[in-house]
Amino acid sequence: MTDLKEVSYEEIRHLVSDRAFSGETVLLNMGPQHPSTHGVLRLLLELDAETVVNCIPDVGFLHTGIEKNMEAKTYQKAEVMTDRMDYMNPVGNNFTYCLAVEKLTGLDVPARAQAIRVILAELTRIASHLVWLGTSALDVAAMSVFLYSFREREQILDIMELVSGQRMMTTYFRPGGVWRDVPVEFEPAVRAFLDIFPRRVDEYEALLTKNPLFLDRTRKIGVISGEEAINWGLTGASLRGSGVNYDVRKVFPYSGYEQYDFEVPLRSEGDVYARYLVRVEEMRQSLRIIRQALDTLPAGPFRSSNHKFTPPLRSEIGVSMEALIHHFKYWTEGFRPPVGSVYVATESPRGELGCFLESDGGPKPYRVHFRTPSFDNLQVLPKLGKGHLVADLVAIIGSVDIVLGDVDR
Amino acid sequence: MNEKLQPITQALIEKFSAAPQEFAGETSLVLAVESLSAAAQALHREFGFELLSCITAVDYWPQEEPRFHLIYRFTSVSQALALTLRVPVSGISPAAPSLETEYRNANWQEREVFDMFGIRFEGHSDLRRILMPADWQGHPQRKDYPLGYEEPQYTFNFDEIAARKPFAARE
Amino acid sequence: MGIEQKLGESGIVTARLEDVVNWSRTNAMWPMLFGLACCAIEMMSAQAANYDMSRFGMELMRPSPRQSDLMIVAGRVTRKMAPVLRRLYDQMPDPKWVIAMGDCASCGGVFNNYAVVQGVDEVVPVDVYVAGCPPRPEALIHGIMTLHEKIHKDKLKDWA
Repeated sequence: MTDLKEVSYEEIRHLVSDRAFSGETVLLNMGPQHPSTHGVLRLLLELDAETVVNCIPDVGFLHTGIEKNMEAKTYQKAEVMTDRMDYMNPVGNNFTYCLAVEKLTGLDVPARAQAIRVILAELTRIASHLVWLGTSALDVAAMSVFLYSFREREQILDIMELVSGQRMMTTYFRPGGVWRDVPVEFEPAVRAFLDIFPRRVDEYEALLTKNPLFLDRTRKIGVISGEEAINWGLTGASLRGSGVNYDVRKVFPYSGYEQYDFEVPLRSEGDVYARYLVRVEEMRQSLRIIRQALDTLPAGPFRSSNHKFTPPLRSEIGVSMEALIHHFKYWTEGFRPPVGSVYVATESPRGELGCFLESDGGPKPYRVHFRTPSFDNLQVLPKLGKGHLVADLVAIIGSVDIVLGDVDR
Repeated sequence: MNEKLQPITQALIEKFSAAPQEFAGETSLVLAVESLSAAAQALHREFGFELLSCITAVDYWPQEEPRFHLIYRFTSVSQALALTLRVPVSGISPAAPSLETEYRNANWQEREVFDMFGIRFEGHSDLRRILMPADWQGHPQRKDYPLGYEEPQYTFNFDEIAARKPFAARE
Repeated sequence: MGIEQKLGESGIVTARLEDVVNWSRTNAMWPMLFGLACCAIEMMSAQAANYDMSRFGMELMRPSPRQSDLMIVAGRVTRKMAPVLRRLYDQMPDPKWVIAMGDCASCGGVFNNYAVVQGVDEVVPVDVYVAGCPPRPEALIHGIMTLHEKIHKDKLKDWA
């Protein structure tokens, strides 16, 4: 364990302006434990009275070594660790990893499993945006929105629990499909949610969108143009708030997204308010996708029948010899994909979530790397925050929507 | 997707003598580390790949030459294309040119590769550790770095672990 | 209600000092905002309207350690974060309690590697461990009630 070292001026000399050394500006530590940093993020602020001159993020307080740990486990067991990276979107992380394994092994996914995956991924997108709305409104002191958005989130978590038994870290998606078929109560539960949610989004908009206090705190704050944003690697709703139309679901469609009709909201101002509007509209579009997927949910198997890479049904084990052998090999040794590497990208609520998976023919992944959106989104923060007040910096951090588990993995 | 990518990969193969590799329906290119900067510049300016999706590395220890492969993933939003480049780097004082001036987000991505693998990037403005504490020794994601697995203390091995670690035997 | 019947004429109630002090300590324990990772989201859910924690007096989550009594370590503690955790614990005034929420805080959880401290009890003394990955809000509330029971059993000679 390392001791707490004080940051010496020499280490950060190249990152702060000369005025810090003459004493004109103050170096303030917005430490890892702070109510507004949405997790364990440390920011070193160089302040001139209340204006931010420089902002140096220090990350790594939640670095869990997930990628190296996954190399020590078989492919199925390693999936459990993917839930815990971006913990607001555990289903999306599973999705990306399963798509990567399926591309590596050439596994097919039946249509029913694809539709169920889309429904749960969009529900998780709504749940993540609800937490974003609650916490970033809390940061600009609109405290009642927090309680309302968590009320809806409870309903979504009830649906997750119905389907997989776990509220958050479900590990419901498996390579080849999903873990088991959805129960009978799934459809009425999702329809009940679809009935009440549009009015709830209207309620949140009524509280915030035309509120003069909210407008004052978010208009023209943290502006970034489209070309700069994409050069900095910003993706997701933050990029679409600056006018660049990049949504992985439309540009590189996966899991049947091309058959659903939805729009990608786009704004051009590039400030905090634009990003807020984009995310609220995304919640409505996710409802559209869920409705279409639920209406056209096909019947059929919920998992691929290629038993080299998926476990057979328990009922088959008693009657079929191959099923017994596949079951035994799958759960003891694991499956062996061909040698090679793939990269798969999906659209998480924060941006482009990618998984680079390399296999050496063994049952354990040789190298897994996740391209997490919050890592690159956080890189832009010093540029966005320059020249603003500390209170505006808090609003900017909220609008960029970072999750520290995603940044540090 | 491969048809639109064909002329671009062909141009890169000719200009920088890259070697194509096919897997799972996608082509990736293996490039020498000396041509990396020029290839990245060409991809950014001529071929319209605006987004550098990720930079990562794979360690092939105990193979020494080349020990690491740097992986670059470029995405073109306007043309809906994506391309992977592989750059072999040797194990003895590993180094590669930095892409920070072309793609600004290479800054943190290269810091992470330096932190986890020890590959130095020349021309980087601020190469220091990002995920591990600043005074950490070693590069964790190399294959010769131990996982750090601590044996859990169950009832059947209670006494052995208690002999080694007296404070853990509290429970 | 309860006390007025026992007051009688004089308006004086007798009780053991131990009971009164323990009762007052449990009824308005202010937690410190120490959400690190996924368990923090379940802690926020426990704080929100569905599983309300303000019925236990814990509505006020104080970010400052100087003003809080209870540290709920919610999430994985990495080696970079451990000294910060210890420093914040030292800054809390007595009496203070620690709840290790979740598997990662109790024993390292799913992650047994170079970066995660295997159990926050390597760094601070823990009173209650709540299991789960992440524990349901009801499990956290059960952990808090267990802590309350533990405090009710505190003896005068231990804290005087």
